[in-house]
Amino acid sequence: MTPTLSGRLQSRIVLLGTVGIVWTLLIGLVVPRPEGADTSGVYKALFTALLIVAVVGIVWELIYHALQQYRWEKDWPTIFGLVVAVPEGILAWTLLENGVPWDVGPVQASTFLTMFTTLWILIWAIANGPLQIVFLRWRYRGGRFIGGWG
Amino acid sequence: MAITQGDISQQLVDTSVWSDQDLANHGIPVFDVPFVSVGGGIGSFSMVDTLRIAGVTVDQIRVVSDLERPSQTYEYLASNSQIRTDHRLRSDSSSVIDCIWGWPGYALREAWGKKTPGVAMQVLLEPVAADYYTPKAGQVYESLNREAARISWTQMVAQGVVRHVRRRDRGDYFVLFTPPAGSASTKRMAFRTRFVHMAVGYPGVRFLDDLQQYRQQHNDYQRVVNAYEPHDHVYAEMRRRPCTVLVRGAGIVASRVLQRLIDDRDQHGAQTTIVHVFRNYPAGPQGDKATFRRPASKGWAYQGFNFPKAAWGGQIRDHLESLEGDARRDFIDAIGGTNTAPRKDWREQLDRGEAEGFYLQCRGQVQSVVPTPDTRQVRTVVGGSNDIPPTQYDTDFIIDATGLEGNIEEHRVVMDLLHHVGAGKNVKGRLDVERDFHVRGTDNGEGRIYASGSMTLGGYYAGVDSFLGLQYAALRIHDNLVGAGFGRRIGPGRSMSQWWKWARNTAI
Repeated sequence: MTPTLSGRLQSRIVLLGTVGIVWTLLIGLVVPRPEGADTSGVYKALFTALLIVAVVGIVWELIYHALQQYRWEKDWPTIFGLVVAVPEGILAWTLLENGVPWDVGPVQASTFLTMFTTLWILIWAIANGPLQIVFLRWRYRGGRFIGGWG
Repeated sequence: MAITQGDISQQLVDTSVWSDQDLANHGIPVFDVPFVSVGGGIGSFSMVDTLRIAGVTVDQIRVVSDLERPSQTYEYLASNSQIRTDHRLRSDSSSVIDCIWGWPGYALREAWGKKTPGVAMQVLLEPVAADYYTPKAGQVYESLNREAARISWTQMVAQGVVRHVRRRDRGDYFVLFTPPAGSASTKRMAFRTRFVHMAVGYPGVRFLDDLQQYRQQHNDYQRVVNAYEPHDHVYAEMRRRPCTVLVRGAGIVASRVLQRLIDDRDQHGAQTTIVHVFRNYPAGPQGDKATFRRPASKGWAYQGFNFPKAAWGGQIRDHLESLEGDARRDFIDAIGGTNTAPRKDWREQLDRGEAEGFYLQCRGQVQSVVPTPDTRQVRTVVGGSNDIPPTQYDTDFIIDATGLEGNIEEHRVVMDLLHHVGAGKNVKGRLDVERDFHVRGTDNGEGRIYASGSMTLGGYYAGVDSFLGLQYAALRIHDNLVGAGFGRRIGPGRSMSQWWKWARNTAI
C-alpha cells in the first residue's frame, strides 16, 4: 500500500467504524468471558478496546507516516500492516486494563486477544484488496475516501 | 487540384479544420460514433475496458487498430528484450491489466491456479523479506485476452491505420484512417466523433547516436543491435563460440539481457565475456536526504518498478500533481531515470561474473565505435573520466539496452495533433495533458481529446507507461467523460456488481 497521511487516518476510522463495529458485535457473542459476566459488560469492554484502537491509532498513524518518509518508495509493505498489530495490541490492552479511558471491569486477556487479533486480520485482509472492489479509486487516492481526486 | 475519390488530397492535409463537405467532396465515407480510441494496444484496451464496465455499449466505441490483439506490440517488444511468456515482467502483483479493481492480484491468482502457496507468501513478504513478486508474461497475456473477449473487443475494432485527427468546423473531430488494402471500397475512411482517445504507445525505439552512426556508416546491423529489435542471432552465435559482448545501459532491459547472457553460460556452456559500459555510475545511494535516498550500488540504481510505488497512488502522486514546469520535470527525473529491479538472482549472477572474470564493468562516455583493423570485431573506446585513462574494448557484439525512445513528432498522428489541432508539448517534450489526461488546447465545441501512455510522460502523473498507469488514466478520463455526459460514473454499487461479473467471466 502507498498511503498518504490523510488516507491512513481516513481508512482507519472508516474501517473500524464499519467492519470494526459489525465484527465486534458478532465476536462479542463468542469470545471467552469470565464466569457470570453479562453480555453488556463484555460489549462495554470490547467497544472500549475498539475505541482505543481508533483514537490511539491516530497517533500510531502519525508515527507510521513519519517512518514511511525514510522509505524511498514511500510505501507501507503488506507485512508491516500485520507486524504493527503487536505494539498496537500491547498498548491497547495496557490502556484497557488500567481503566483508560474508563474502567470496564475485569477483562480476560483471551477475550481481548480474540477480538483484537481477528479484527486486525480481517481489516488488514479487506484493506489489501477487496476494499478496492467497492471503492475503485481508493488505492490511487492513497487510502482516502474524501479528497485526492480531481 | 485533382481529387482522387476516396482519398485525401494535399490540400486537405494542409487544412487544419475540416468540414463534412470536405470529406464528401473527396468521396471519403464518414461514420458517426461518439468515442474513438486510436492505437489498439494495451492503452486502448484499458480505456475501453473501463468504459464498458461503466456501461458504455459496443456501438458507442470504435478502436482503430492494425493489431490482431491488444497485447501484440507489447509482446513483440518484451520478447525481443528477452522476456518470453514464461519469464516475469517488471510489474506489481496488483497492477492487473485485465481487472480494473486490481484484486485478486496476479500473485494470488498464480498461487491459486498453479497451487503454489509460496507465491502468495512472496507477495506477503515483499519487498522486506523477499523480492517483489512479478507476474509471468504469459499469465498477463492470457488473462488480457480473456477480458478482451468478455468486453467484445473485436466487435469494437475497426482495422486500419489512423492518418489524421482533425477538428471539424461544427464541433467534434474527424479521425481519418486507412483500412487494410482490399477491405473497403475507398482508400480512406473516417469517423466523426465527439471524443478521441490517443494511445499510440512508443513513438519508436531510438538508438544511441554513436551506434546508429556506426550501423549506417559500416552497414553493420548484425553485430550492433538494439535490445528491443529481434537479435536472437547474437545469443545463438555466443553459444556456438566464445565471444565478447559489450552491453550499454543500466536499466531493466540491460538487467534482463545480462541475465540471458549469463543463463546461457550456466545452462548451455557459452563462454561469453561481458563488458558492461556505464555512462553514469552510482556507487552508493542516490540523494542527499535521508528521506529521499534511492538505494544504489555497483553502478545500478535500484527500485521495484520504474518509479517509486507511491508515484501510482500515494504521496509521490500527490506531490507530482502539485508541481509545474521545471520542478515537475526535475522531480520526474529524480524518481525515474535509469534504474533496475533489485532481484537476488541477478545480483548473484553479476557478483559471480565479476569474481570469475567474465563480467567486467567500465564507466565513462563512449568516444568512438569503429570496426577493428581486421574488421572481425567492433572497437569501442570509452573515454576517461576522473583520472581514468581511455580504454578500448574489441568485442564481437554490442547490445544497446539503453531503452531510448524517439521524439513524439516521429509519430504521424501525434505530429498532426501538434501542428493542426492545437496540442502542445510538456516539460519533457511529450504531449501536454491535464491531470485527467485531457489534451490541452484541443477542445472543439463539446469535443475533447484525451491521451494516455508513454506519450504523456512529463505530465502530472509519472507512471503513465505501466499497466496501473494506463488504468489510472482510463479511470480519470472516464470521470471526465461522465462530466461531459458520456457514460455513468462507476460508483460503489456498479463497481461491486461489475466485479462480480468480471469474476464469473460474464460477458458484458
